Amino acid sequence: MLCCEDELDVQIHNACGSDMMSDVLAFVKDQTALLTGLVNPQVVRTAMMMDMRCIVFVRGKTPTPEIVNLAKDNHIVVLASPLRMYEACGRLYANHLAEKES
Amino acid sequence: MSDELKFHFDVHGDNFTSAGEASVEVKKKLRQLGFPPDVIRRVSIAMYEGEINMVIHARGGEADVLVYPDRIVIVLEDHGPGIANIDLAMQEGYSTAPDSVRSLGFGAGMGLPNMKRYTEEMNIESTVGVGTKITMVVKVQ
Ligand SMILES: Nc1ncnc2c1ncn2[C@@H]1O[C@H](COP(=O)(O)OP(=O)(O)OP(=O)(O)O)[C@@H](O)[C@H]1O
Ligand SMILES: [Mg+2]
Repeated sequence: MLCCEDELDVQIHNACGSDMMSDVLAFVKDQTALLTGLVNPQVVRTAMMMDMRCIVFVRGKTPTPEIVNLAKDNHIVVLASPLRMYEACGRLYANHLAEKES
Repeated sequence: MSDELKFHFDVHGDNFTSAGEASVEVKKKLRQLGFPPDVIRRVSIAMYEGEINMVIHARGGEADVLVYPDRIVIVLEDHGPGIANIDLAMQEGYSTAPDSVRSLGFGAGMGLPNMKRYTEEMNIESTVGVGTKITMVVKVQ
């Protein structure tokens, strides 16, 4: 947990995992979390454009303070996980954070 | 006096980190003006894709946003290499981005299709060696 602990009551209904930002930008759904192994400020900006509330950096990637601050300023929860993308997405899915048709 | 609001931005081609800041600014302005969230999201995603394209493919450019009560017009103009085959560039998955750009998270070939997807009208004028001008319209329903 790297920032915005106070926003943890935000409900996330589905998630999207990709290292390519335009793939993420192709599918708008509400209350989505972004899982990515990409670490740069454009990840946060992509989440902002999509009105996403949570970013999970996978594969043990640690975002720089600059990235975390940008997320914090925009009330986006930042998490980091040692899991690989496949497993991180799989665990969320298995815990019923299924992608819902909108 | 016309009833439109105009915003102008210089998009710097030498700074990948700041790319997208104009889109963030527009998103904030549209929120203050009270546009519906769905309209704001479509404008910001389309403009963000275009802004990133100007930075990674065209060494930067200029963005103008015209806000009317019933529509938002986004004009992106650059003096980059131009697009030789627009039909090809519009195809999902087509990209000329080098590995250096792909490692930054761009180059899936989805940007132009996304811009088309989220706007009601999109027009590309491009001349190789001269530059590219993209005009997009998002209607407020
Ligand atoms: N402003 C531009 N100037 C010159 N060429 C461009 C411009 N915008 C797009 N292109 C060309 O069109 C191609 C497709 O653009 P598009 O935005 O769809 O994909 P991309 O930028 O390569 O990848 P992505 O947007 O998925 O990150 C680009 O690879 C590039 O060759
Ligand atoms: Mg693009």
